[in-house]
Amino acid sequence: MVSLVTIVTIYNIVIYTQSSMSTDSVMSATAIEGERLWQKNNCVSCHQFYGLGGYLGPDLTNVTSDSMKNEAYLHMMFSGGMGAMPEFDFTDEEKKQLYEFLSHVDRTGYYPIRDVHFSKWGWGNLNYK
Amino acid sequence: MERRIGSLFIISALLLLILGALAGVLISVNYVLPDFFKDVIPFNQLRPMHTTSVISWIILAATGGVYYYISEELGLRSVRVAMTHYVVFAFTFACIVLSFFLGKMGGREYLEFPPILIIPILVGWGLFGFNYFKSIVGKIRNWPVYYWMWGTGIVFMIFHLSEANFWWFSHFRSDFIRDMTVQWKSYGSFVGSWNMLVYGTAIFIMAKIKKDKNPGRGRLLFFFYFLGLTNLMFGWAHHTYALPTMPWVRYVAYGISMTEWIIFIRMIYLWSRSTDKKSKDRFRLAYLFLMASDVWVFMNLFMALLISIPYLNSFTHGTHITVAHSMGTTIGINTMILFASISYITENRKLKISLKGAKNLFYLLNVALLGFWGILIALGIKKAIWMQQTDGRMISQLHYESRYLYMTFVAFGVILGISLALMSIQFLKVLWKDLIYLMFPKSIQAEWDRIYEEN
Repeated sequence: MVSLVTIVTIYNIVIYTQSSMSTDSVMSATAIEGERLWQKNNCVSCHQFYGLGGYLGPDLTNVTSDSMKNEAYLHMMFSGGMGAMPEFDFTDEEKKQLYEFLSHVDRTGYYPIRDVHFSKWGWGNLNYK
Repeated sequence: MERRIGSLFIISALLLLILGALAGVLISVNYVLPDFFKDVIPFNQLRPMHTTSVISWIILAATGGVYYYISEELGLRSVRVAMTHYVVFAFTFACIVLSFFLGKMGGREYLEFPPILIIPILVGWGLFGFNYFKSIVGKIRNWPVYYWMWGTGIVFMIFHLSEANFWWFSHFRSDFIRDMTVQWKSYGSFVGSWNMLVYGTAIFIMAKIKKDKNPGRGRLLFFFYFLGLTNLMFGWAHHTYALPTMPWVRYVAYGISMTEWIIFIRMIYLWSRSTDKKSKDRFRLAYLFLMASDVWVFMNLFMALLISIPYLNSFTHGTHITVAHSMGTTIGINTMILFASISYITENRKLKISLKGAKNLFYLLNVALLGFWGILIALGIKKAIWMQQTDGRMISQLHYESRYLYMTFVAFGVILGISLALMSIQFLKVLWKDLIYLMFPKSIQAEWDRIYEEN
């Protein structure tokens, strides 16, 4: 039992301090404000990052690098109102903060997982940004 | 009086299951009619109502069982502390529901309530832990495995609920991937913690039904306990398989996480073979629910093994196949075990429950869950194919193309919700007397206790 607790303590410290595999890991103050808005409006109930979240809306991990959706398009989408999406009354400043947050998430990696080399044992290594 | 505290938690849990089932039915309709109910309460406020209620069902029903069984076995250290625990949880849940209606949310998956409310929740768990350990430490030597499991569940629940709020600190919050990793680590272990409470309950009632002379003390049980504990600590990473974290974390996780299911199914299998017919007859309903959980363990084990293979996981992650797995485990396994626990309590106290009606609902519930589970897998396969295509089709097109599957999903969801609610009402019908009892003065309670003991 003592050995298990020691191992898990070390393991947790490693998890809490390790860096991610992406080169751009630290969020700007603007992006943190955007994340605050994301949480305040409970966007995760419909949307996902890296496949984690609700399933009614699309995954938004790489939405800002989608060639079919530029910044102006996303600003328009932030207002909501279509389908099940509620209407939101974001200011222009808040829309910029949300966009900055989504841009940051986009720079951390790829999702969905495509073009991964898998070994015959089923193991696969992710592509990192 | 003591055991009635357990009943109070269980009654509240059953009411939350009805609320959660109703909210679940309403949110499922959104997949077919996106505008449905939107003006009354939008999806981003209704979904957390569902998730919070059903998680609370599992936790409160397991907690109620622990209070009940400890009261019966050893006596509870403090009824007042237990009542305070209940009041704290009831008050917090009322605040959570109010905050969802007002649109004041914390926006973290599963813990979508305002983050400040984690404080009374942790206080409640602290009171539970204090009462639990004070009730058993020193009273019994060579603890049976279920005492270890319940204690572990409480301690780790406190730790992982705290860990889920590390995002308050900038070290975690400013690094998106680190934050996501720790968040989903805590959720994986949070589920592992409630599984400790639920599986401990399963082992307890199995031992009682079997009239085991040395309950919960076999080597295999402790081997299983340590595997479950290891899984709780390290097995969370399959949630974060797609995150750009260090690869070794997920390799460690998968090596560990799948083992506990094999042991668990072996235990139930051995137990069912060795339980005599007389015991099965006395606890017929409890036995039925335990057998159903056995079947669901088997089916979910098969699914979990498949989606744990990284190649397959890259297709299934983020699809309804993950939802099928979580529904299979929370309803098929956790809820069946908790219904078995409540059935054991009612059958042990010889409370009159209509066996025929309960059995009919039991079959309806399992058939509906099977249909629901199957449709979720079909929806997951469709989404997995869509995700691998890069032709720019929007998710609304996917929803439109899946409309017939969604209609079937809603139909099974409605039947599932109704059967869960009706099953809960069956139990509430016989347990409500405990609630009335708690409302009366202690002198009347004492008189009723005397009559109960005499009979």
